[in-house]
Amino acid sequence: MTQADFVNMIMPFKDKVFRLAKRLLVSKEEAEDATQEILLKLWNNQDKIEDYNNVEAFSMTMTKNFCLDRLKSKQAQNLKIVHSNYQDNNTSLQKQVELSDSVDWVSKIIEALPEQQKIILQLRDIEQYEFEEIAEMLEMNQTAIRVALSRARKTVREELTNKHSYGIK
Amino acid sequence: MVLNNIEQLLEKFDNGETTLKEEQQLRAYFAQEDVPPHLESYKAMFQYFSNTKQETFTKDVPLQTRKRIPYKWISVAAVVAIMFGAYTQLDFNKKRTLDDLTHEELLAYNQTKEALGLISSKLNQGSTSLNVLTLAGEKFDEGVQQVGQIDEFSKTTDKIFKNK
Repeated sequence: MTQADFVNMIMPFKDKVFRLAKRLLVSKEEAEDATQEILLKLWNNQDKIEDYNNVEAFSMTMTKNFCLDRLKSKQAQNLKIVHSNYQDNNTSLQKQVELSDSVDWVSKIIEALPEQQKIILQLRDIEQYEFEEIAEMLEMNQTAIRVALSRARKTVREELTNKHSYGIK
Repeated sequence: MVLNNIEQLLEKFDNGETTLKEEQQLRAYFAQEDVPPHLESYKAMFQYFSNTKQETFTKDVPLQTRKRIPYKWISVAAVVAIMFGAYTQLDFNKKRTLDDLTHEELLAYNQTKEALGLISSKLNQGSTSLNVLTLAGEKFDEGVQQVGQIDEFSKTTDKIFKNK
């Protein structure tokens, strides 16, 4: 496999890997590092890649595991400091699309969700994967995924309604 | 789209039962400006979802083409080298009998042998002349013993003189 082949192969999902990493690790730098790490791992194991029938699903699983490991590791304790300035990186994007205040809140609410729900919400509502694909990536059954997704969606909406009715706390 | 229909879809959505296609419809619906006030929270959600999807990974990944060192072939080469070395060495050893030598080599061998023989005979002559030296050494020892006798003699004469 040449470099060009590899780049073509990862092109469709490298942003998805990055966004999932960012969803879990929050800071943009951390997410970039994680994505880089994962793509390099794929590159170094390119011989084995051909054995996997779904490289994208495999990569997403790898991303999930890698990020969860990062969060558990000791390094993650320093990560919290980085978290405080993550918003700066978002502002340009947010201005660009002129987000309303409540859209901002969605990100904060999702951040507070349990990791499992975060991942599922990310994969389904942002990346728009089919349930079968998510089931493969997370090694869960589809019913469990639907339940978690439903909970996540409801929490986000309830929190949003609360913010609207009672103002920003 | 009829609001009723949307609300039904939203209920399914909340329960995690919508298909991707239905979610696409919702997305399209909430992308428009005017949304009934009680659905504002959904609008924020869907807007956030589509905004987030625009974020891309921009960092470069340094892909190095791996230079694989062919360890397998290095060992093969080593074995070949050893075999070759051993083979030439064995071949060389075979020639070490006099019959295998060519005429010139035999000549050189004999000359060398003669020369070495000459050296050894001269060496023996040298060592016989050394024997003279050892003989001289023995005589010297005898002389020293005789001097010792003189010494003994002088001691006794001293005693005699003291006694006087």
